[in-house]
Amino acid sequence: MSAVRVGASPQRVGGDARVSGRQQYVADIHVPDELHAKLVTVPVARARIRGIDASAALAVPGVRLVVTADDLPQPMPRFGPQFRDRPLIAVGETKYHGEPVAVVAADTKDVAEEGARLVRVDYEELPAIVTVAAALDPAAALVQDPALRPSDPFAGTNVLREHPVAWGDLEAAAATAALVVENVYTFPMVTHFAIEPHAFIAAPDGDGIVVWSSIQHPNWLQKTIAQLLDLPLARVRVFAPDPGGGFGGKQHAKYEPLVAFMALQAGRPVRLVLSLEETFQAVRRTAAEIRVRTGIRADGMLAFEDIEADYLIGAYADIADRVVGKGSYPACGPYRVPAARILARSILSHTVPSTAFRGFGNPQVNWAVESNLTEAALRLGIDPLDLRLRNLARRGEAFIPFDTPCDGDWEQAVRRAAELIGWGTPRPPGRGRGIAIGIKSGPTTGLSYSTVRLLADGSVIVYAGTSDMGQGARTVFAQIAGQELGAPLDAVTVVMGDTAVVPYDQQTSASRSTVLMGNAVLAACREVQAKLRAMAARLHGIDEADIVVDRGLVRLPDRELPIIEVLRPGLGRLGGELIGNGEMRKDAEPDHPLGGSAAFFEFNCTAVEAEVDEETGDVTLARYATVSDVGKAINPLQVRMQDEGAAIQGLGHTLMEHYIFDETGRIRNLGAIDYRIPTSMDLPLEIHSEIVENEDGPGPYGSKGMSEGALLCVAAAVAGAVRDATGVAIRDLPLTPERVWRALRERDRVRPGSLPAEEEMPR
Amino acid sequence: MSDAATRVPIQLTVNGRPRALEVAVHHTLLEVLRDDLALTGTKECCLVGECGACTVRLDGRIVDSCLVLAVEADGGEITTVEGLAPEGRLTRLQAAFLEKGGVQCGFCIPGQVMAADDLLRRNPHPTVPQVQEGLAGNLCRCACYVQIAEAVLAAAREEEA
Repeated sequence: MSAVRVGASPQRVGGDARVSGRQQYVADIHVPDELHAKLVTVPVARARIRGIDASAALAVPGVRLVVTADDLPQPMPRFGPQFRDRPLIAVGETKYHGEPVAVVAADTKDVAEEGARLVRVDYEELPAIVTVAAALDPAAALVQDPALRPSDPFAGTNVLREHPVAWGDLEAAAATAALVVENVYTFPMVTHFAIEPHAFIAAPDGDGIVVWSSIQHPNWLQKTIAQLLDLPLARVRVFAPDPGGGFGGKQHAKYEPLVAFMALQAGRPVRLVLSLEETFQAVRRTAAEIRVRTGIRADGMLAFEDIEADYLIGAYADIADRVVGKGSYPACGPYRVPAARILARSILSHTVPSTAFRGFGNPQVNWAVESNLTEAALRLGIDPLDLRLRNLARRGEAFIPFDTPCDGDWEQAVRRAAELIGWGTPRPPGRGRGIAIGIKSGPTTGLSYSTVRLLADGSVIVYAGTSDMGQGARTVFAQIAGQELGAPLDAVTVVMGDTAVVPYDQQTSASRSTVLMGNAVLAACREVQAKLRAMAARLHGIDEADIVVDRGLVRLPDRELPIIEVLRPGLGRLGGELIGNGEMRKDAEPDHPLGGSAAFFEFNCTAVEAEVDEETGDVTLARYATVSDVGKAINPLQVRMQDEGAAIQGLGHTLMEHYIFDETGRIRNLGAIDYRIPTSMDLPLEIHSEIVENEDGPGPYGSKGMSEGALLCVAAAVAGAVRDATGVAIRDLPLTPERVWRALRERDRVRPGSLPAEEEMPR
Repeated sequence: MSDAATRVPIQLTVNGRPRALEVAVHHTLLEVLRDDLALTGTKECCLVGECGACTVRLDGRIVDSCLVLAVEADGGEITTVEGLAPEGRLTRLQAAFLEKGGVQCGFCIPGQVMAADDLLRRNPHPTVPQVQEGLAGNLCRCACYVQIAEAVLAAAREEEA
């Protein structure tokens, strides 16, 4: 294996197992004596549960346990990362299509399914709230029992929380505006659709419990289970095998608590593997309706932004309210905005609980605000690229007054994205171009520990509590440790996913792991290096201060030695090892609106050239460019994979994905036949992904977090290109052929035979 | 359903090894591979033949093993991802997936590799559009599609060399 590490693109650590079928995901793991669980649901959006008769199910040979709300502790234990509002299983009322009312555990999967079919649920369908308007109707039913939040002024409404952010004098700024553009945009409900459906196993373990889960945050799950079962953390062991795709949907506990209670009741391991349809009913992205008023001065400088974003979250909060607060916070984008008012609300509804999903609430407001910016540019007769460049914050500028200033040379990414699709050159006939900028606040708090062991033969074991769900964290940490300690990658093992062995990590989210865990790994390596220095000083009779350990070498004043030549004699005949511990902490800032400033900003510019079929409404992306400022790419190939993957994932909500509800609130397109995600046939004809590397990030070697950035502004860039090609502004996603076709027909009806208004715009 | 009377004997050759099994009549080939034979490399996702995660080779053509009843495969010769590189050395195609960055979370990859292997058997020198069309039935939510196509082309080139 090559000795080149950071900045090179060695093959994925764990790659062999992934291409040969040996990689074990949770569903591939079996525990002796395990029971198979199957959820029981009712086929309506919302129902009052009058009674559950499990006798027929219990009569089936092999059915060992049927659990309903009555079979669990009273009052029903509740959990959730923000509010403890989610019951283990529905109590009295189901609040969304797919919420389980009972669960059957049996000796085999077949028997569990048969038992689940035989559980008779007596229920009365209730009207369900599935839109923002219905939720805000003063006469609307309350999704959440107000008793769950007794001192909350919003308890008597379906608003969970409001998130206001403001700066500057909006009225004074409005007086300077030559143009005010006001529109309403909508963003659909979409689901994560990880190809690995969520899977959970729980097993009694002496006086504790062990849980396997496809979870992104094993330590958070450990805490949740310990609280619910009243166990010490040390008696809850969470195994978190690498998830088969997470995208945020596997951050927080879903059915692990239920399965844990069942395992303790049954005294046997219980496994629950969701179907793909059940994952649609477990996780989704928050839908949103966003009203934007953008004020622009005659010189093209922004005067103000006034944004109201209503996010439709589900029946339980999960982490969705944080999604709303953190996602809406940078809504004005990376621009100098003299005055801003942002009011975001998280609104409960009788729908699947929404949760984190790549981009974390930013893609919704970005879609609206960036699209409005393009419209403002066109109406002022300014090139949309030029308008953005004029207003873009430059390094060191505090574009959100109370937060981390601009931490990159962002203009480079914008200019490069535009250049990659030939912005400014004549457009091929029938094609249009769009450009948009995405920005996301990185982690606002963080805590990661790592332990690194340099073994007697020079090989290395790294312990890191990050989950490698495809982003390649394992490879990045191996590269860092390999570089620092001079070990080839095939002599570095990265241990993850076992809370009994691996030190604490707060979470795998917000594109944090390269920066926060990466720094912890680096710090642990530095501690090992310090021990090597002391060892070399002792062996060679030199002052420690005259010794440097760098990139696998011990540099003495007169010569350089490979680490192994110090380690071997230093450890002596007994052998042993050197152990280093690293900690990376980003503490909370209580007075900050988000509880902490951004560790870094993810910055991306996306530029698109699109062609629209006037007869069918089909959108073809002829050229697609995505450019992210990543500080330093520790593994450039993995960075490219993340950026292109994020872009294509973003094309899902932009062009095709959305939940469809019937009039009663049931999901009508559950599963892979009726809910389409991008395939290899849905790609841009040309896709260019590039990065900006100025080594100006807070992570190892100047890296910044990345992997969400390239998804943030996909929709606005594509819609901008569609608008440029057709003259039609569409403000609802996804841009399905039907929606585009209808918009084109409406254009023709209003202006028969006329050219699109923007057709003459130079670009 | 658990009644032994509903189980029937079948013979399969899986990755070159003859297997005599008693399978439930309603079980799919996917269930038998994963649950009865513990060959968990073949993955389960959509169960309606849309995602391709369960792709295996059956008598010389690839199938979605979630759509084939095990009894229908009686007498059949099956290759799963575990059988592509029996000596533990990766095939050129598998190696190319890693070299070109075709693998992120990896969950869809056994199906992708099986489908790509079949594509190259039928068309040793495909174009990019042919690869994209040939693998359109294999979903990758990490969306490594560009890199997967590069990997298939690279493997085809090496095959030729």
